[in-house]
This record gives sequence, structure tokens and C-alpha cells, in this order.
Amino acid sequence: MLQIDLWKRVLIWLVCAAGIMLALPNGFYTRVEQANDAAADIIAKGETPERLETAGQWPSYLPSGLVNLGLDLRGGAHLLAEVQVEDVYEARMDALWPEVRDALRPERDTVGTFRRQPGPADQIRLKLSKPEGMARALEVVRGLASPVTSLTGVGATDIEVSAEGDILVVQLSEAEKLASDDRTVRQSLEIVRRRIDEVGTREPTIQRQGADRILIQVPGIGSASELKAIIGTTAQLTFNPVVGRGSDADAAPGIGNKIVPSLDEEGFYYTIEAAAVVTGEDLVDAQPSFDQNGRPAVTFRFNTSGARRFGDYTAENIGSPFAIVLDDEVVSAPVIQSHIPGGSGIITGNFTVEESTNLAVLLRAGALPAGLDFLEERTIGPELGQDSIDAGKIATIVAFVAVLAFMGLSYGLFGLFANVALILNIALIFGMLSLIGGTLTLPGIAGIVLTVGMAVDANVLIFERIREELKAGRGPAKAIDEGYSKALSAILDANITTFITAVILFAMGSGPVRGFAITLGLGILTSVFTAIFVTRLMIVMWFERRRPKTIEV
Amino acid sequence: MRLRLVPEETSFDFFKRAKLWLGISALMMVVGFASFLFQGLNFGIDFRGGTTIRTEASETVDVGAYRDALAVHGLGDVSITEVFDPAFEEDQHVAMIRIQAQDDGEAISGEMIETLKASLDAVAPGIKFVSVESVGPKVSGELITTAIIAVALAIAAVLVYIWLRFEWQFALGAVAALVHDVVLTIGVFSELQIKFDLAIIAALLTIVGYSLNDTVVVFDRVRENLRRYKKKDLSEVLNISINETLSRTMMTSVTTLLALISLYVLGGDVIRGFVFAMIWGVVVGTYSSVFVASTILLKLGVKRDWSKQANTTGNQFGNIDA
Repeated sequence: MLQIDLWKRVLIWLVCAAGIMLALPNGFYTRVEQANDAAADIIAKGETPERLETAGQWPSYLPSGLVNLGLDLRGGAHLLAEVQVEDVYEARMDALWPEVRDALRPERDTVGTFRRQPGPADQIRLKLSKPEGMARALEVVRGLASPVTSLTGVGATDIEVSAEGDILVVQLSEAEKLASDDRTVRQSLEIVRRRIDEVGTREPTIQRQGADRILIQVPGIGSASELKAIIGTTAQLTFNPVVGRGSDADAAPGIGNKIVPSLDEEGFYYTIEAAAVVTGEDLVDAQPSFDQNGRPAVTFRFNTSGARRFGDYTAENIGSPFAIVLDDEVVSAPVIQSHIPGGSGIITGNFTVEESTNLAVLLRAGALPAGLDFLEERTIGPELGQDSIDAGKIATIVAFVAVLAFMGLSYGLFGLFANVALILNIALIFGMLSLIGGTLTLPGIAGIVLTVGMAVDANVLIFERIREELKAGRGPAKAIDEGYSKALSAILDANITTFITAVILFAMGSGPVRGFAITLGLGILTSVFTAIFVTRLMIVMWFERRRPKTIEV
Repeated sequence: MRLRLVPEETSFDFFKRAKLWLGISALMMVVGFASFLFQGLNFGIDFRGGTTIRTEASETVDVGAYRDALAVHGLGDVSITEVFDPAFEEDQHVAMIRIQAQDDGEAISGEMIETLKASLDAVAPGIKFVSVESVGPKVSGELITTAIIAVALAIAAVLVYIWLRFEWQFALGAVAALVHDVVLTIGVFSELQIKFDLAIIAALLTIVGYSLNDTVVVFDRVRENLRRYKKKDLSEVLNISINETLSRTMMTSVTTLLALISLYVLGGDVIRGFVFAMIWGVVVGTYSSVFVASTILLKLGVKRDWSKQANTTGNQFGNIDA
């Protein structure tokens, strides 16, 4: 019969109250946002009177969680980058080459002389003059292998050594490639995060996607190109000895050397030693500054070991040039005037102030282990986002009013109950979105509007059922009771199937579509809750007070 | 006086012209599918790669001048359409520029965007790029696959769920209605050449959910009535069930449509395609749950011998007490 335990009633109202409390901050979005920012600043940077005042705009005893606005509503930039994981294989082989050389040297008697052959960048190919010594050479080089440090590659070693005729081939094993890819992507993710944090934008989303992709979303930034300027460059800084300078890009560089173009002077190329004296990894600090001529420059400082190597090198090579190389381009190639002992220096070049500031950020945050390819770029201007919010607001209100009026006209008092439930429903959706830190997107608003339309469905099912029961001659109490219990299976089946599709959308979709799946899914949960608990409780409470002999639904 | 969409007592015979309705549905599906095959969908950049730029200028959009300004850059296929919306200001003139995917797998470069902006600024001074979206062909290919998998997965999951809760005939009927709705929606998008992007996939899945919602409510009543009227013909039971739920079907469709139409008119042009898909889906979904799902169920027949089974079969959740 129409009885609901007291504890159930209290629980239902408590849930509703909690939903309203959690949804409340969203009604005062700007104010709460400012207060939250100020509160965060107080913790991070200390108290100031202004910050305290701004933080006091929203009482601290009220919940202050807000619904995040998606990029399409707030404006900002979205990038999907693919990490060029193969870049790392080449660097690994270049690093391995001296080791292989040193290991084979003592074996000259058996393997003869050997010479590195041109081949794919991710392999070392050695031609042995005594092919009969191949077995020994394989054994020696295999001795350099170390076990792979990953869960999947148990028992595997990091390099694969094989013979192709008189050529010895060294390359990374599949297990090591997998482990290396994973490390590369993780490092890249970390570096990207550090760079974006250095610039200090609010609430960026930086996520790994799939095996080798990184999704970056930064609200409030002007354009995707701006974002790319920060994260797109690898920023591999090296200091290399200069062998020569010329204008021929295809000249033979000689063993252990390479040819790189000049950054500013079109058509000039430097031949440098491939092994760097010091690299960007030894940097502890980099700051934008100006050189003695007042042009933008970047000053830097090495750590102790970097400073020692740099000092030793400059002491030994006074009078010869060395190159400052950034991402395989020579920024400048000054001649060493004197021994530089302190481990600090300055990079000059034709920088603008903005470029020198960016370069300093990049050097501080560290180099990306591999290059990034941008597969997807989206920039949404803040005006468009605001327009969408405004349009969405109006549309939601109109939809809301239309549905409320329609329900009132169709079901009278019971329609009113359903309407109260509908309002609670929206509050609950916003409350839950704030609680889980969900993101509201433009399709998400559509999801809410759709929920407004569909949320009444459960109530409609129940009310229609009550009408039928009344028509079949049952008394009011019996009709209401039967209406609820008989409509239940239809409500559950219908909503579970819709919920399944929302879950699939959430799992497969991304960005705005996912935002839609979240509001749709939450909408289904809250509308079932309000229909089978809240309206029922309201009807029961009304019925207990009035005890009507007849009811009209 | 209450507002009633359908009379209190109805006894329409929904199967009198079953063949006609099925025929119309089949014909529409064929037309939709043929349109999809021959005309093809107007895929957005999500699915075919490329760049869209939304521009805003204070002067009226001169599509020809825009086109000439952009032609010099040799970007291949460039389409320019003016966008109208009642919510725009007097001096707000919006255009969408779509540029085909460039050869390499990457998105278009930032410098290129700046160059394009400079060229357009010459013909429309003060032009703003309010949004720029660029998707490389590599990703767009994957997005298509994901979208197809998502829709297929949703339909399969639903098939299984209904099969578990009802009987296999119900599941087939429901899925036939779903396929019908999806094909007709894709058909209308292809026929009217409305831009088909990721959001439309979301709309498709919602349509799947909505149509199902409707179908399940009717089927739930059929299941109940099959037990109540053991002696009546299946067609009679189906008719009774549809008539009994008709009022609810109409109520829900109308409230949903009310909400959607307000979003269509007032929600801005950015999501208009998305909302259109849903409106279409609600109309088609309501129709299909009555005329497709139930008719298929009628043709397939249902095992009527409930007495031999425990009376909770197919109703595992029916005893849940709220």
C-alpha cells in the first residue's frame, strides 16, 4: 500500500537537498570561480587583503565545486599530438655505436677490421673484413645486451644482433621497442605538462590517448598555434665542436660528424662533431635576458658536471668555434675567447623577445624525447563559446517552460508533482556534474534539454497507468499503488536500454560527444530516481493529508 | 479540463494496413540507402580530414570575393557557405570555410591560417576567425571506424539485453526498428546534404536509445497482455497493447519534441544539425516502434505457452519494490 518508511522519506529528501546544494554554486558561476581562484592563490602564494576579500565572495561552508565548461563553451585550444616514437630508436643506436666499437676492437684478430655501413637509422650495420669471425663478433656484441625492464617483455633483451652475410646488424628488439615507446610517450607527456605549467594557464587537460598519442586541451588560450609554439618544439639543445662551415648541404661530413643548417643565415651549413660536449639535460636554469647590445637572448646555467665539462672544453679549445645547436639547427657558433669556468652562458641569435621567452621556458622544462606530429587542432574563440552558452541557456529555459506547461495542462495536480520532480532533476544533474567534476559541452547542453523532454517519460508512464487503473474501477489508493508497481518494469527496461547506449557513447566518444554521454547518462539516473522515489513520495504525502475519495489524473 | 492528445479510449487497428506500412518503410529505407550510396554523405572534417574556419565580419559575406582571396594559396577544394541565425547581431556576418585535407597526415599549419587570415582581411577588413578546426586524414579515418563500431556495438548490446529480458522475437523486432531508424536518419542526411560529423553519431546513438525506449514500453505491455489474454490472437493482443500505450507514446514524443524544437530554433547554428537529427529520430523512432517493431513481432510470432514456465520468466526485475 501507500506506505513509505520514515527513514526512506528522510533519505529521499536528503538526496534532493544535497543535489540542490551541490548545484547551487553553478548559479553564481563567475563569483564562485573568482572565489575559488583566490582561495587557491592564498594557499599557493600567501594571503593578501584583496585575495581574502575575493575568496570571501562565496561562503566557505557552502560547496564550491563547479561544472567545468568544455572548450566549445569556454573557448580555447585543442591539440591531438602523435609522438614520433621512432625518433628514439635512432638516438639509442647512435649511443650504442661507441660501445659496440669499443667491444669489438680487442677482437680485431678474429673479426678483422669493421666499418659502419649506411642503413636504416634504427640499425647499426657493420661490415666485417673477416666474415669467418662473425660467430665471435655476434657473441661479443650480444654481451652488450641487457634485460628489458617491462612487465610484458620478461626474459627478453633490449637489442637483437644478427648476421646478414658479412654484415652484422644490431637493432632494438620488439620488446625493447614497446618498452621504449611507452617510456617515450610518458616522458613526452611529462615534458608537455611541465611546459604548459610553466606558462601557467588554468585547468589544462593533458592526457595520453592510445599507445602513442597525447591530447592537450587548454582553455582560454588564443589559438592552437600559440599552444604549438610552446609544446611543438623538441628543444634539444647541444653544444658541439665545429669542424667547418660551408654552403653545401650534401658535402661528405666525415665519420662521426654531421652537417646541420644555420638557423638565421639561409644557405649556410655547419659541419659539427655529432657527439655533443654538453647537452640541454645538464641545464639547471634558463632565463630570457638581453645581450650587451640590448638584443633578446637567453642566459643559462649548467649543473656541476655540465659546468666542469664545459669549462674543460673551453680551456682546451680557446680560439676555435663551437656551435650552439637547437633541434639540429645552429643558433650561433661563437669562437671561444677564454676559459669559461662558471658553468653559465648566454645564447644570442636573431630572437624576438617572445622567442627568447619561449626558448627559456622550453629549456627549463626540458627537451622532448621525440618529435610531435599534430593530427588534430581546434581553436574555439571565447566569443563563440559565450554565444553558445547564451543560446543554450535560452533554449533550455524555453524548453523547460514548454514542458512544464504541457505537463500541467495534461495531468493537473499530478503534472505539478512531475514538474517539481523535473526541476529537482535538473538540480541533481548539475549537482552530480559538479561533484564528479564533469565537463559541460555544447552537445552536453543538448543532452540536458533532451533529458528535460525524456525525464517526464517515467512519470507519464506511471500516470497513464494510474489512469488505466482508475478506469478499471479501482479506488484511488489502489490505483496509485498499482500504477507504480506495474509501470516499474517498463520504466526500468526502457531506461536501462538507453543507459546502455549512453555508456557506449562515453566509452567510444571523445571531447564534446563524451560530454553529451555524461549528461545523458546522469539524466537517466536522476530521472528514474525522481520518478520512482520523489514524485511517489510527493503523491503519498499529499494523499495522506487529503485522503481524497476520488482522484483525477 | 485536461489536455488529451489521444482520446481516452482508442481501438485503432494498427495491422489493417501492415503491408502498406512495411512497404512504405522498406521503400524509404531503399531510397535512403540509395541516396547514401550514390550521393554520399556530406562528411564533416571529423570524418574526412581538412580544416573548417568560422569567420565573423562586420560586412556582408561576399562568397565570391572570399573564394578569390583564398584561391591563390592552392589549397585544393575550398567551400564557403554563409551562416544565418536569428540570434546574430545586425553587423555579425558569419561564414564557414572548409578546406580539404592537405597531403601530409597532419593538421594545417598555424602559419597557413595566419596567411589565410591576412588574405581575407583584404576583402573583409577586421575579419575574425572565431573558430578554426583542423583534422588530419590519419585521425579522421580512425574516427569513422570508431563511429561505426560504436553504433554497431550499441545495437548489439541492445539486442542481447532485450533477448534476455523478453524473447528473441522481441529482440529482432526491436533491432529491425533500430536499423530502420538509423538507415532513415543517414538517408535524410545524405538526401539533404546536411553536414555529417561526430556529433551526428552521438545523435544517432541517442535515436537508437530513444526509439528503443518507445519499443520497449510497447513490448512490455505486450508481454503483460500475452499473459492476461491467453485466448486472443497475437494481432489482437498487439493492437490492444499499442492502443493502451498510445497516450503515453504521444505524450513522451510531444514533450521531447517540444524541448528539441526550442533547442533547434534558439540553440544557435552550431548544434542545429545535431538537433535536427534528433528531431527526425524522435519522429521516425515513434513511428517505427508501432509500425515496424510490432509488425515484425507479429510476423515472427511469439511462443504463447507461458503456463509451462515459472511465471517469473522474462520478468526477473518485475518484483523490484521501489
